[in-house]
Amino acid sequence: MFKPFQLIRGPALCAALIAVSVAATIPISANAADLKKDLKIAFLPKQINNPYEVIADDGGLAAIKEMGGQGKVVGPSDAGASSQVQYINTLITQRQDAIVIAANDANAVVPYLKKAMSQGIKVVTFDSDTAPDGRQIFVNQANSESIGRGQVQLLSKLVGGEGEFAILSATPNATNQNTWIKWMQEELKKPEYSKLKLVKIAYGNDDDQKSFVETQGLLQAYPNLKGIIAPTTVGIAAAARYISTSPAKGKVMVTGLGTPNQMRAFIKNGTVTAFQLWDPGQLGYLAAYAAANLASGTITGKEGDSFDAGKLGKRTVGKSGEVVLGPPTTFDSSNIDNFNF
Amino acid sequence: MAKPDSALTLTKRRHVSWETMLVVVLVLGVILGRVLSPMFLSSANLSNMLADFTEIALIALPMTLIIVAAEIDLSVASVLGASSALMGVLWHMGLPMPLVIAIVLVAGTLAGLFNGLVIVRFNLPSLAVTIGTLALFRGLAYVLLGDQAVADFPASYTAFGIDTIAAFLPMPFVLVIIGAIIFTVLLQATPFGRSLYATGANPVAAQFSGIDVARTKLKLFMLSGAMSALAGVVYTLRFTSARGDNGEGFELSVIAAVLFGGVSIFGGRGSMIGVLLSLLIIGVLRNALTLSDVSSETLTIVTGGLLLSSVLIPNLVARWRVMREKRLMTQTLS
Repeated sequence: MFKPFQLIRGPALCAALIAVSVAATIPISANAADLKKDLKIAFLPKQINNPYEVIADDGGLAAIKEMGGQGKVVGPSDAGASSQVQYINTLITQRQDAIVIAANDANAVVPYLKKAMSQGIKVVTFDSDTAPDGRQIFVNQANSESIGRGQVQLLSKLVGGEGEFAILSATPNATNQNTWIKWMQEELKKPEYSKLKLVKIAYGNDDDQKSFVETQGLLQAYPNLKGIIAPTTVGIAAAARYISTSPAKGKVMVTGLGTPNQMRAFIKNGTVTAFQLWDPGQLGYLAAYAAANLASGTITGKEGDSFDAGKLGKRTVGKSGEVVLGPPTTFDSSNIDNFNF
Repeated sequence: MAKPDSALTLTKRRHVSWETMLVVVLVLGVILGRVLSPMFLSSANLSNMLADFTEIALIALPMTLIIVAAEIDLSVASVLGASSALMGVLWHMGLPMPLVIAIVLVAGTLAGLFNGLVIVRFNLPSLAVTIGTLALFRGLAYVLLGDQAVADFPASYTAFGIDTIAAFLPMPFVLVIIGAIIFTVLLQATPFGRSLYATGANPVAAQFSGIDVARTKLKLFMLSGAMSALAGVVYTLRFTSARGDNGEGFELSVIAAVLFGGVSIFGGRGSMIGVLLSLLIIGVLRNALTLSDVSSETLTIVTGGLLLSSVLIPNLVARWRVMREKRLMTQTLS
């Protein structure tokens, strides 16, 4: 009896074996290929048309396009605690593969996200987390340590590694800022910063007027001041505004955490050389990859899982399902016009 | 003798036709939903749809009575928020849940009583007074809870907010059904209900015909406060989250639903059936459009359009009738 398939079975087996061995030696391409095609991934921002969220969502959609999935953005026009619930229910009905959500309320959405997960839909939070049992992965913009240390590294570069500097913070009990300042002081202990001296931590209370006046006070009290770190978007803008019209312009370096749109004018007129913030577009991009990997079954979201996040490279899931985007982006005159938020 | 009779049948016919129109719109809405998404008629989706307008419906019931009596209560959403905040505070003080809920309902009733007393005692328009208490009660909500949220309510209670009966009917919606029955009977089949129509049509005449208008108003605003507080309790349990900003802006959705239901903003006219139909239509449309990924801005435009049409269409129809009658009269005269 003539069996045509027996003739090609040998070569086919060989080809398959070669394919498997090639795949095994190039892990990155293998990981990218593991993602399922046509995944339906929905982004659910705190509210649509919030400029920051729009950039984050666009980053996510770009990632979904890259991997051949179907992405979309849906969400409420108000940021009320419950407004997102209706959309979660709708996404469950539509049988999406994954939901990527920036939660308006850490608890209000949890019962509904749990319902989604119980029906096999993967849930990733980004930008603003829910209680841990409401999601599988939280994509965090940056950990406090890298933000704090990064600020000191940037300032040191700006002032040439020596001189007096001050910190203009938010309120004295602001949790985020205090953690970052703690890591700044940790970084300052390194020998390469021995000539940098932190003279004062001032508090502008995240109030524009107060921050403005505090900046003025710092310049009067410390005539040799070389730099100010304002790890708050309100503080950095107020400090830059004061310096831009004072004789200290060009002598005192203002840096910290700010958004490109509020700082653009100060970069253009030379008051500010560089500042930092995470790129919300990359945050959305990473969240989309985390969601796609969960939905493809390549990871489960437990600590130690790692996945390929496109142009961002390999990422590993940390404690309690957290994936960190990484050190903040530095904005200066060379790249600020590429950002609009 | 003939004149008032014909006026009566005219207004009656108008009501019937408005509700018939609502039924038609509802049927069209359901067909639209089915065309837009095959998932629309799934029991899970219909269940979500009902759950979504629980609070709006609970508050729309007393609001219908208030608007029929030619008054308005803009503070309802703030009472909801303050009730939610109070619920969080009392629970954190360690009170047992049944007591917490009882206190919240009493507090809501008192908030309504406060509205009513200011309106009645100082003879002020309810619009002005409740704009004031809209801000006042929302402010109290923030004083009570700040920007914090209380989320650790007992699971047996939050389950009530989320569970369904027979995998379809949301538990909180049972309250809407019971409320709808009570309020329909109250408005359409009791002397109290008839006194509301009379008060809304002409408060002075109502007073002279033996209706205690002040007492009636007090009762109405207390009812409104109590139902808003109940909505606050349901909202808090449904979202497991007591917050001061809960339900912000709900008053407009509630009033929109009542007016679209055919209740005249000038008082004296409208029916509970119309409002219930209107709630269903808004729920169906919102759900159907959301399910087909229509953006929330478009949804807002649709809701606004509905409201505008509900005010405009009866007005245009009335004008057209007057014109036609004039023409008929000139024809018979000539």
